Amino acid sequence: MRTRWFVAAGVLVALLLAGVVSSYASGSPDGLTKVSEDHGFADTEESRDALLGDYGSVTGVVGVLVVLAVAGGVTYAVRRRGSD
Amino acid sequence: MHVPDGFLDAPTSTATAVVAIGCVGAALVGARKELDDKTAPMAGLVAAFVFAVQMLNFPVGAGTSGHLMGGALAAVLVGPFTGLLCVSVVLLVQCLLFADGGITALGTNILLMGVATVLVGWLVFKVLQATMPKRLALVPAQAGIAAFASVPAAALLFVGLYAVGGTADISLDKLLTAMIGVHVLIGIGEGIITFLAVGAVIAVRPDLVYGARRVLARRELEIRSEVTA
Repeated sequence: MRTRWFVAAGVLVALLLAGVVSSYASGSPDGLTKVSEDHGFADTEESRDALLGDYGSVTGVVGVLVVLAVAGGVTYAVRRRGSD
Repeated sequence: MHVPDGFLDAPTSTATAVVAIGCVGAALVGARKELDDKTAPMAGLVAAFVFAVQMLNFPVGAGTSGHLMGGALAAVLVGPFTGLLCVSVVLLVQCLLFADGGITALGTNILLMGVATVLVGWLVFKVLQATMPKRLALVPAQAGIAAFASVPAAALLFVGLYAVGGTADISLDKLLTAMIGVHVLIGIGEGIITFLAVGAVIAVRPDLVYGARRVLARRELEIRSEVTA
Protein backbone atom coordinates (compact mmCIF):
# COMPACT_ATOMS: atom_id res chain seq x y z
CA MET A 1 0.00 0.00 0.00
CA ARG A 2 1.36 3.41 -0.91
CA THR A 3 2.06 5.80 1.95
CA ARG A 4 -0.50 8.30 0.66
CA TRP A 5 -3.25 5.68 0.67
CA PHE A 6 -2.19 4.33 4.02
CA VAL A 7 -2.41 7.80 5.61
CA ALA A 8 -5.78 8.45 3.93
CA ALA A 9 -7.15 5.14 5.26
CA GLY A 10 -5.82 5.93 8.72
CA VAL A 11 -7.46 9.36 8.76
CA LEU A 12 -10.74 7.73 7.70
CA VAL A 13 -10.46 5.30 10.64
CA ALA A 14 -9.82 8.24 13.02
CA LEU A 15 -12.85 10.11 11.62
CA LEU A 16 -15.06 7.03 12.09
CA LEU A 17 -13.82 6.52 15.66
CA ALA A 18 -14.48 10.17 16.57
CA GLY A 19 -17.70 10.54 14.57
CA VAL A 20 -19.42 7.19 15.14
CA VAL A 21 -17.74 4.88 17.66
CA SER A 22 -17.44 7.71 20.21
CA SER A 23 -21.23 7.58 20.81
CA TYR A 24 -20.64 4.21 22.50
CA ALA A 25 -17.92 5.51 24.83
CA SER A 26 -18.41 5.27 28.59
CA GLY A 27 -19.92 8.37 30.12
CA SER A 28 -18.54 7.68 33.59
CA PRO A 29 -16.00 10.12 35.05
CA ASP A 30 -12.40 9.25 34.15
CA GLY A 31 -9.83 7.96 36.64
CA LEU A 32 -8.58 11.32 37.93
CA THR A 33 -12.07 12.88 38.08
CA LYS A 34 -13.39 9.89 40.06
CA VAL A 35 -10.44 9.99 42.46
CA SER A 36 -10.96 13.74 42.96
CA GLU A 37 -14.63 13.09 43.83
CA ASP A 38 -13.85 10.21 46.20
CA HIS A 39 -11.03 12.05 47.94
CA GLY A 40 -12.64 15.43 48.36
CA PHE A 41 -10.81 17.71 45.97
CA ALA A 42 -13.23 17.72 43.02
CA ASP A 43 -14.58 21.09 44.22
CA THR A 44 -11.18 22.75 43.71
CA GLU A 45 -11.72 22.47 39.94
CA GLU A 46 -12.20 25.80 38.18
CA SER A 47 -14.25 24.84 35.13
CA ARG A 48 -14.92 26.97 32.07
CA ASP A 49 -17.07 26.82 28.94
CA ALA A 50 -15.66 25.03 25.92
CA LEU A 51 -15.28 26.93 22.65
CA LEU A 52 -16.61 23.97 20.65
CA GLY A 53 -18.94 22.52 23.29
CA ASP A 54 -18.79 18.92 24.48
CA TYR A 55 -17.27 16.01 22.62
CA GLY A 56 -19.82 14.69 20.15
CA SER A 57 -19.91 13.23 16.66
CA VAL A 58 -19.64 16.58 14.86
CA THR A 59 -17.24 18.28 17.26
CA GLY A 60 -15.16 15.10 17.37
CA VAL A 61 -14.76 15.12 13.59
CA VAL A 62 -13.84 18.82 13.71
CA GLY A 63 -11.30 18.04 16.43
CA VAL A 64 -9.70 15.25 14.38
CA LEU A 65 -9.34 17.57 11.37
CA VAL A 66 -7.89 20.43 13.47
CA VAL A 67 -5.38 18.07 15.14
CA LEU A 68 -4.45 16.60 11.75
CA ALA A 69 -3.86 20.06 10.29
CA VAL A 70 -1.85 21.42 13.25
CA ALA A 71 0.25 18.29 13.87
CA GLY A 72 0.70 17.72 10.14
CA GLY A 73 1.76 21.34 9.67
CA VAL A 74 4.25 21.33 12.53
CA THR A 75 5.90 18.05 11.54
CA TYR A 76 5.88 19.00 7.84
CA ALA A 77 7.72 22.19 8.76
CA VAL A 78 10.45 20.53 10.87
CA ARG A 79 11.11 17.52 8.59
CA ARG A 80 14.33 17.03 6.62
CA ARG A 81 13.49 18.05 3.09
CA GLY A 82 14.29 16.13 -0.04
CA SER A 83 15.42 13.04 1.83
CA ASP A 84 13.08 10.74 -0.07
CA MET B 1 -6.30 12.25 33.27
CA HIS B 2 -6.78 15.82 32.07
CA VAL B 3 -5.94 18.04 35.03
CA PRO B 4 -8.32 21.04 35.26
CA ASP B 5 -7.42 24.50 36.51
CA GLY B 6 -7.43 24.71 40.29
CA PHE B 7 -6.05 21.28 41.27
CA LEU B 8 -2.47 22.55 41.47
CA ASP B 9 -1.37 25.95 42.80
CA ALA B 10 0.04 28.72 40.59
CA PRO B 11 3.76 28.21 41.34
CA THR B 12 3.55 24.48 40.55
CA SER B 13 1.56 25.12 37.37
CA THR B 14 4.10 27.73 36.30
CA ALA B 15 6.96 25.33 36.94
CA THR B 16 5.35 22.50 34.96
CA ALA B 17 4.63 24.96 32.12
CA VAL B 18 8.29 25.97 31.98
CA VAL B 19 9.46 22.34 31.98
CA ALA B 20 6.85 21.43 29.36
CA ILE B 21 7.97 24.29 27.08
CA GLY B 22 11.56 23.06 27.41
CA CYS B 23 10.55 19.48 26.56
CA VAL B 24 8.46 20.51 23.55
CA GLY B 25 11.35 22.72 22.38
CA ALA B 26 13.73 19.77 22.64
CA ALA B 27 11.18 17.63 20.76
CA LEU B 28 11.01 20.19 17.93
CA VAL B 29 14.80 19.90 17.56
CA GLY B 30 14.93 16.12 18.00
CA ALA B 31 12.00 15.42 15.68
CA ARG B 32 14.03 16.71 12.74
CA LYS B 33 16.14 13.54 12.90
CA GLU B 34 13.05 11.31 12.97
CA LEU B 35 11.04 13.03 10.25
CA ASP B 36 11.71 12.91 6.53
CA ASP B 37 9.45 13.32 3.52
CA LYS B 38 8.22 9.76 3.96
CA THR B 39 7.49 9.76 7.70
CA ALA B 40 6.17 13.33 8.12
CA PRO B 41 2.63 12.45 6.91
CA MET B 42 2.52 9.64 9.52
CA ALA B 43 2.91 12.18 12.34
CA GLY B 44 -0.27 14.06 11.44
CA LEU B 45 -2.14 10.77 11.22
CA VAL B 46 -0.82 9.56 14.59
CA ALA B 47 -1.90 12.79 16.31
CA ALA B 48 -5.37 12.62 14.71
CA PHE B 49 -5.68 8.95 15.69
CA VAL B 50 -4.65 9.61 19.31
CA PHE B 51 -7.19 12.45 19.52
CA ALA B 52 -9.97 10.21 18.18
CA VAL B 53 -9.14 7.26 20.46
CA GLN B 54 -8.92 9.57 23.49
CA MET B 55 -12.66 10.18 22.98
CA LEU B 56 -13.34 6.47 23.48
CA ASN B 57 -13.62 6.16 27.25
CA PHE B 58 -13.78 2.55 28.35
CA PRO B 59 -15.19 1.42 31.72
CA VAL B 60 -12.73 0.42 34.45
CA GLY B 61 -14.79 -0.82 37.37
CA ALA B 62 -17.80 0.75 39.02
CA GLY B 63 -18.62 4.24 37.80
CA THR B 64 -15.15 4.99 36.47
CA SER B 65 -13.73 5.17 32.97
CA GLY B 66 -10.38 5.68 31.33
CA HIS B 67 -9.04 6.51 27.91
CA LEU B 68 -5.85 6.17 25.92
CA MET B 69 -3.07 8.63 26.67
CA GLY B 70 -1.14 7.64 23.57
CA GLY B 71 2.42 8.70 24.39
CA ALA B 72 3.88 5.19 24.13
CA LEU B 73 1.87 4.45 20.98
CA ALA B 74 3.02 7.67 19.30
CA ALA B 75 6.65 7.09 20.35
CA VAL B 76 6.71 3.59 18.84
CA LEU B 77 4.97 4.67 15.62
CA VAL B 78 6.82 7.92 14.83
CA GLY B 79 9.69 8.18 17.34
CA PRO B 80 9.81 9.69 20.85
CA PHE B 81 10.46 13.33 19.86
CA THR B 82 7.82 13.38 17.13
CA GLY B 83 5.53 11.40 19.45
CA LEU B 84 5.75 14.12 22.10
CA LEU B 85 4.89 16.74 19.47
CA CYS B 86 1.84 14.69 18.41
CA VAL B 87 0.48 14.26 21.96
CA SER B 88 1.19 17.93 22.78
CA VAL B 89 -0.86 19.06 19.77
CA VAL B 90 -3.71 16.77 20.90
CA LEU B 91 -3.60 18.23 24.43
CA LEU B 92 -3.43 21.80 23.10
CA VAL B 93 -6.50 21.33 20.88
CA GLN B 94 -8.43 19.57 23.68
CA CYS B 95 -7.58 22.41 26.06
CA LEU B 96 -8.38 25.30 23.70
CA LEU B 97 -11.42 23.94 21.83
CA PHE B 98 -12.99 21.51 24.32
CA ALA B 99 -11.95 22.95 27.71
CA ASP B 100 -10.64 19.43 28.40
CA GLY B 101 -7.77 20.16 30.77
CA GLY B 102 -7.15 23.59 32.27
CA ILE B 103 -5.35 26.47 30.53
CA THR B 104 -2.95 26.98 33.44
CA ALA B 105 -2.75 23.16 33.67
CA LEU B 106 -1.69 22.69 30.02
CA GLY B 107 1.98 22.39 31.00
CA THR B 108 1.03 19.88 33.71
CA ASN B 109 -0.99 17.83 31.23
CA ILE B 110 1.81 17.88 28.63
CA LEU B 111 4.20 16.68 31.36
CA LEU B 112 1.86 13.92 32.58
CA MET B 113 0.28 12.57 29.38
CA GLY B 114 3.01 13.62 26.96
CA VAL B 115 6.50 13.66 28.45
CA ALA B 116 5.97 10.98 31.13
CA THR B 117 4.18 8.47 28.90
CA VAL B 118 6.52 9.03 25.94
CA LEU B 119 9.62 8.75 28.13
CA VAL B 120 8.54 5.72 30.16
CA GLY B 121 6.89 4.07 27.16
CA TRP B 122 9.92 4.51 24.92
CA LEU B 123 12.38 3.40 27.65
CA VAL B 124 10.42 0.22 28.47
CA PHE B 125 10.02 -0.48 24.74
CA LYS B 126 13.77 -0.14 24.11
CA VAL B 127 14.66 -2.34 27.11
CA LEU B 128 12.25 -5.04 25.88
CA GLN B 129 13.67 -4.81 22.36
CA ALA B 130 17.20 -5.11 23.67
CA THR B 131 16.48 -8.15 25.83
CA MET B 132 14.08 -10.09 23.62
CA PRO B 133 14.70 -11.82 20.26
CA LYS B 134 14.85 -9.38 17.35
CA ARG B 135 11.61 -10.36 15.66
CA LEU B 136 9.07 -8.12 13.97
CA ALA B 137 6.19 -10.19 15.37
CA LEU B 138 7.21 -9.18 18.91
CA VAL B 139 7.06 -5.41 18.33
CA PRO B 140 3.29 -4.98 18.97
CA ALA B 141 3.51 -6.86 22.29
CA GLN B 142 6.58 -4.88 23.33
CA ALA B 143 4.72 -1.66 22.51
CA GLY B 144 1.67 -2.87 24.47
CA ILE B 145 3.68 -3.67 27.60
CA ALA B 146 5.48 -0.31 27.35
CA ALA B 147 2.12 1.47 27.03
CA PHE B 148 0.75 -0.39 30.05
CA ALA B 149 3.70 0.75 32.18
CA SER B 150 3.44 4.37 31.04
CA VAL B 151 -0.02 5.00 32.57
CA PRO B 152 0.69 4.28 36.28
CA ALA B 153 3.95 6.24 35.76
CA ALA B 154 1.91 9.29 34.76
CA ALA B 155 -0.39 8.72 37.76
CA LEU B 156 2.66 8.55 40.04
CA LEU B 157 3.94 11.85 38.63
CA PHE B 158 0.54 13.46 39.26
CA VAL B 159 0.68 12.42 42.92
CA GLY B 160 4.22 13.82 43.11
CA LEU B 161 3.04 17.15 41.70
CA TYR B 162 0.06 17.12 44.06
CA ALA B 163 2.38 16.59 47.00
CA VAL B 164 4.27 19.73 45.96
CA GLY B 165 1.42 21.99 44.92
CA GLY B 166 -1.99 20.38 45.50
CA THR B 167 -4.62 22.94 46.58
CA ALA B 168 -6.58 20.64 48.92
CA ASP B 169 -5.29 19.23 52.18
CA ILE B 170 -5.84 15.52 51.59
CA SER B 171 -4.08 12.28 52.52
CA LEU B 172 -1.31 11.70 49.98
CA ASP B 173 -1.11 8.01 50.89
CA LYS B 174 -4.75 7.51 50.02
CA LEU B 175 -4.37 9.61 46.86
CA LEU B 176 -1.38 7.50 45.79
CA THR B 177 -3.20 4.21 46.35
CA ALA B 178 -6.33 5.37 44.54
CA MET B 179 -4.47 6.91 41.58
CA ILE B 180 -2.17 3.92 41.02
CA GLY B 181 -5.03 1.45 41.50
CA VAL B 182 -7.33 2.94 38.87
CA HIS B 183 -4.49 3.74 36.45
CA VAL B 184 -3.16 0.19 36.48
CA LEU B 185 -6.60 -0.78 35.14
CA ILE B 186 -6.59 2.06 32.60
CA GLY B 187 -3.05 0.95 31.67
CA ILE B 188 -4.39 -2.47 30.66
CA GLY B 189 -6.71 -0.73 28.19
CA GLU B 190 -3.82 1.45 27.00
CA GLY B 191 -1.71 -1.66 26.45
CA ILE B 192 -4.40 -3.50 24.48
CA ILE B 193 -5.18 -0.49 22.24
CA THR B 194 -1.47 0.10 21.61
CA PHE B 195 -0.88 -3.60 20.84
CA LEU B 196 -3.75 -3.60 18.31
CA ALA B 197 -2.82 -0.29 16.67
CA VAL B 198 0.89 -1.11 16.29
CA GLY B 199 -0.02 -4.63 15.11
CA ALA B 200 -2.35 -3.22 12.45
CA VAL B 201 0.31 -0.88 11.02
CA ILE B 202 2.96 -3.63 11.10
CA ALA B 203 0.63 -5.99 9.21
CA VAL B 204 0.27 -3.49 6.34
CA ARG B 205 3.34 -1.24 6.31
CA PRO B 206 5.96 -2.32 8.88
CA ASP B 207 8.43 0.18 7.38
CA LEU B 208 6.25 3.04 8.67
CA VAL B 209 6.73 1.96 12.32
CA TYR B 210 9.68 3.91 13.74
CA GLY B 211 10.24 1.39 16.55
CA ALA B 212 10.41 -1.50 14.08
CA ARG B 213 13.09 0.00 11.84
CA ARG B 214 16.09 -1.74 13.40
CA VAL B 215 14.33 -5.11 13.52
CA LEU B 216 13.24 -4.64 9.92
CA ALA B 217 16.74 -3.62 8.73
CA ARG B 218 18.17 -6.70 10.39
CA ARG B 219 15.55 -8.95 8.78
CA GLU B 220 16.26 -7.53 5.32
CA LEU B 221 19.99 -8.08 5.83
CA GLU B 222 19.33 -11.71 6.74
CA ILE B 223 17.11 -12.28 3.70
CA ARG B 224 19.64 -10.67 1.37
CA SER B 225 22.55 -12.66 2.78
CA GLU B 226 20.56 -15.85 2.29
CA VAL B 227 19.88 -14.95 -1.34
CA THR B 228 23.51 -14.22 -2.10
CA ALA B 229 24.78 -17.29 -0.22
